[in-house]
Parts: sequence; C-alpha cells; structure tokens
Amino acid sequence: MKADMKKLVEVRNLKKYFPGSESSFFHTGNDVKAVDDVSFDIYEQETLGLVGETGCGKTTVGRTMLHLYRPTAGSILFNGVDLITLGEKELRHQRRKMQMIFQDPYASLNPRMTVGSIIGSPLDVHTKQDRKTKQDRVQELLEMVGLNPDFVNRYPHEFSGGQRQRIGIARALALNPEFVVCDEPISSLDVSIQAQVVNLLEDLQKKLGLTYLFIAHDLSMVRHISDRIAVMYLGKVVELADRDEIFLNSLHPYTQALMSAVPVPDPDLADKKHRIILEGDIPNPADPPVGCNFNTRCPIAVDKCFKEEPVYRETADKHWIACHLVK
Amino acid sequence: MKHLLEVKNLETRFYMQDGVVKAVNNVSYTMDRGEILGVVGESGCGKSVHALSMMQLIPYPPGKITNGEVWLDGQDLLTLSEEEMQKVRGREIAMIFQDPMTSLNPVYTVGFQIMEALLLHNNMSRREARDRAGELLELVGIPGAKDRLDDYPHQFSGGMRQRAMIAMGLSCEPKLLIADEPTTALDVTIQAQIIDLVKKLQDELGMAIMWITHDLGVVAELAHTINVMYAGSIVETGKIHNIYKDTKHPYTIGLLGSLPRLDDAPGTELVSIPGLPPDLLALPEGCPFAARCVYRIDKCLAEKPPLVEINGKDHAVACWRWEEIAGMGSR
Repeated sequence: MKADMKKLVEVRNLKKYFPGSESSFFHTGNDVKAVDDVSFDIYEQETLGLVGETGCGKTTVGRTMLHLYRPTAGSILFNGVDLITLGEKELRHQRRKMQMIFQDPYASLNPRMTVGSIIGSPLDVHTKQDRKTKQDRVQELLEMVGLNPDFVNRYPHEFSGGQRQRIGIARALALNPEFVVCDEPISSLDVSIQAQVVNLLEDLQKKLGLTYLFIAHDLSMVRHISDRIAVMYLGKVVELADRDEIFLNSLHPYTQALMSAVPVPDPDLADKKHRIILEGDIPNPADPPVGCNFNTRCPIAVDKCFKEEPVYRETADKHWIACHLVK
Repeated sequence: MKHLLEVKNLETRFYMQDGVVKAVNNVSYTMDRGEILGVVGESGCGKSVHALSMMQLIPYPPGKITNGEVWLDGQDLLTLSEEEMQKVRGREIAMIFQDPMTSLNPVYTVGFQIMEALLLHNNMSRREARDRAGELLELVGIPGAKDRLDDYPHQFSGGMRQRAMIAMGLSCEPKLLIADEPTTALDVTIQAQIIDLVKKLQDELGMAIMWITHDLGVVAELAHTINVMYAGSIVETGKIHNIYKDTKHPYTIGLLGSLPRLDDAPGTELVSIPGLPPDLLALPEGCPFAARCVYRIDKCLAEKPPLVEINGKDHAVACWRWEEIAGMGSR
C-alpha cells in the first residue's frame, strides 16, 4: 500500500446493536452487540480482508457499511460524504457506487427471473436506459465475468454454483461501482471453482479499478486476495495491518491462534507448525465478558484483561491492535 | 497382517427418473488397523456415498449397490442381512456426520443418546451405561461432563455437539470410525480443537479412522494415506507424502494448485481447474477428468485409465500419461 493513496471509505466508531430477542416484549433481554465500536479506513483500489469466526459481526459490518442496516451509532464516510446524514434520495444516489456480492449464490438470485433481468435490474432502478442499451450492457457484463452472452434468457437453476456466483458478480458490476462488499463470495463453492472466482475478482479489480471489502473466514484465501487484513472477534476489530505483517508478525493472541489453526495443505509444514489451540467457545455476543472480550479464551490473559477494556490503537506504523499486553 | 478393511470393485448406482446416476464406480482399496485414511474430493464425487454404501445405508430405491465386496475383518459386509448389519453398525464401524445439529435428536438428552448404543450393543445396565457415557463425554473434553448428561443438544455449542457425536461414535470402541466432513460446519479454531482431539483419541484407542473431506489442508495434518476421488472413482491414492510432494494425477495437481499457499508471492495467480465436474447421469466413456484436463490426448477420451501402482511406492494413479506429466514439472 502506498502512502499517497486516497481514503475511499472511513468507518468511525461504528456500532450496530440488535434488540435482544429473548423476552424482548419486556425489554429485559440484552442487546446483541453485533458490531461494537469499529473503526477503519479503506483506501482506493485496495482490498481490505475482514476475517473472523461465525457471529463475530463481520457480515454485519459489511451490511451496515452499505446501509442495509441502520447503524446504532458512528459514522461511515464514503468519498468524504457521511452516509448517515443523507436523506433517502441522496442515499440512493450514493448506493450506485457501492454494491454487494452475496455468500449464497443459490439464495441471492431470484429463481423466477432470467439472468438478463437479474443483471439488468440495477439498471432499471438507477438509470433510464432504453431496452437496446440495456441489453448490450447485460451482454457485455456476462462476457466480462466469463459467461456466454447468449445466456441472457436462461434461469438461475440452469447454472452451477460457480456460474451463479459469476451472475451475482455481473449484477454487482452493472452500475460501475467504486466499492464492492464481497460477503464470503466463495465459501459455498467447491475448491476447484473457488480459484476460478477469486481469479475473476482479481482481474476485474485490475481492469475496473475496484475497491473491495472481502469478508471471509478462510484465512488462506483472504491472505491471497487482500492488501490489508482486519481481524474481528465478538463485534470488535482486534487487529488490523498489512497482509504480510498480519501473517508474519501478528501481535494479538487471537490473531496468532487463528493463524495457527489454519490447516496447511502440506504435510511437512503441518508437522513443523506450532499450533495454538484455544480452549472453549466464542462467548454470547448478548452477554460479552467484562474487560477484554477475548479474556475467556486468551492463553496469556492477566488481571488487567478482566477489568479494563483494551484500547484499539496504532502500535507500529499502520498496525492497529487492541490488547493490553502489546507494548 | 491381514487388512482391517478391504473394499473391492464397489459400485453404487441411483436409479432416477432421468437416468442412472453412477455415484461410485469400481472403487477398490484397503485400510490397516490404526490407519487414518483421508478421502478427498469435491461435492458429488461419491466420497460420502461410498462410505454409506459400506454401511449399507443407501436408501433403496433409488440407490443400489450393484457390485463389489466390503471385507471388514474377514467378513463381507455386503452379504449380511439387515439384522446382522445392525450389529456391525455402531459396534464395528461407527460414523460421525457433518452437521452435529441435525444428526443429534433434539428431543432426547445428550446422555441418553450416548447410552442408546451402549444399551443396544453391550448388554450394560442403565447405571453402567450412564457412568460410561459420563466417561466418554469426559474423554472428548467436555468440561463438567457428568453434569451435562442431562442437557439437550441445543444447550451445547457447535463444537461441543461434534464432541458429543464423537463420544457416541466411540462408545462401543469400533474398529473403524468414519468421519464424514466432521469439521466443515465448524470455525477454524474449533476445527483445530476437534482435529487435536481426534489425533489424541486415535493415539490412545488405536482405531482406524476414515476422514472424508473436501479440505486438503485438514487431512494433511491428520492422515497417513489419502484417496483422491473424482466423479465416483479413485484417481490417485497413496501415502500422504507421495500425494502432496510427488503428485501425479492432473486433478490432484489442479486441486493443490487452486489452494492459495502461505508462501506465495503477492499477486500470484491461482492455478484454477477450468470447467465443471461431469454430470454423473452421463459420465463420459473415457477418463472422467478428461474434459477439464490440460494434458488430454485422444486415448483419454476413448478409454478409462485403470488405477496403476507406481513401482516400489505406496502410490497409485489412474492416468494414461502420468509418467510424461511427472517429467513436465507442472508446479
């Protein structure tokens, strides 16, 4: 990452709480703090990887950034414009520039619409193109994602998982967005197809100058595609740094454990690897522990970790971390 | 020593409305006592169906085992009646499934579900079975095991449920434990816990384990031997080092290439396998992988290559051109 790069998205102290589901009628259930005070920047044309385990809030961050959820608190600056202050009309205008690729290519395409109308629907909503222009654009998009342009009149069920994901990508690109949130775009695909889709995403980024937020739980794929990586745990970003810095010089005990838990497809390395096995499970986000939220599983926690919440701060150049034990 | 398990020419078919699905095609291999075998392949490659066939758990109709023998400790399982098979399942071969939430019964306590197999197979009294169930839960690392016997599955987390499943699988000390994608639904840190647990248990108890997965990383840490399956056939099999370090089959080469490696330079493009796996309703005449293979020649399309042993090594490959391809230094 170059120093002179422009910030495209700035997220500041973002919070998203969902009302507690249990006995919410009497408002006795705690709010689920899905995203709790998260701040980071995304620079133009970079890929920020966002990793974490189930329920850590990574998808909620992505959705809240696109305003699919209304944030509880905090601000999201896109090109310097605070999305939260915008009215509906202005927000819609901004939305053209931000798109999303969803995790499940089976659930995110309407089975009763043809591929042409799926890819064309963003054009219907945001532009007033005539049929011919629209048709041409749809075919151009299909070609761009490596599908046969003659497929416009087919239905989603005629395609395999990988091809469906390509359709989802074409739809996201229809309006020439600047920023795309990729929410686990490959985790439901087979291994040999995953590589095809990742290569496509990388090609498109180069060609169209896209900026990605790449949400995933597969660390090896995130390392492959990202420039910088943010690690989330229980609603908070615990560490954020350059890709190589995270992998070679991670400081947070959770990041270290997460890295060491990634299975390596190489028996020699697997034997040599020092593995940190975390005890226990992820705590309930409606009832997070007092102090550092990782203290229930942290192998090196000290007294302070159970009392005080660590501050998220920049310890070294562009290396952000939230841990008491890191100097 | 005789093998623990010997599968010979196993063939499973599903007779559907639009044709015959050739799910398992002429699969043969052996497993020794205490061996961990990784069965690797993508969805629909027949890895789970072949294991279910061994257990005679294929629903008929539409499924049918059309050929083959499955010898477990001197007994051909495919010739057994349903009653005899029930004595084998759970006692000789146990199975752990992918999704611990759907494979545990939500209306019975975890303790009861573990006791069930013990009461059925081991002639234990309820009290003995309950004590044993407590021991088993402790063995798989559930804190306060004895107090959790009366919990229901929903009171357990995903990782704990999978541990409870493993406890159930181990309850009758089977000779062979089949684990069908047991960690796919779990997070990486929990997956690491389960792998660690299985390794420990295998050391202590010495049963053979068949680990079915799509993840080449998981089995690299665990298995002694690997079967790579594609479109219902084994395309490459051998000792783990041969598979990862001396890869022969173009499909295995492609699979390993499509995984990002931690030592890749930034900007390295992943080697992807073009195209899609074949439709099992209409398998091609020749090599099932031919349509996607970069090394394809006319012979590959015409004739299916047999699994041939590579001399002097625990390694076999089903490819007409493996010797030439090995010389090309593909990776």
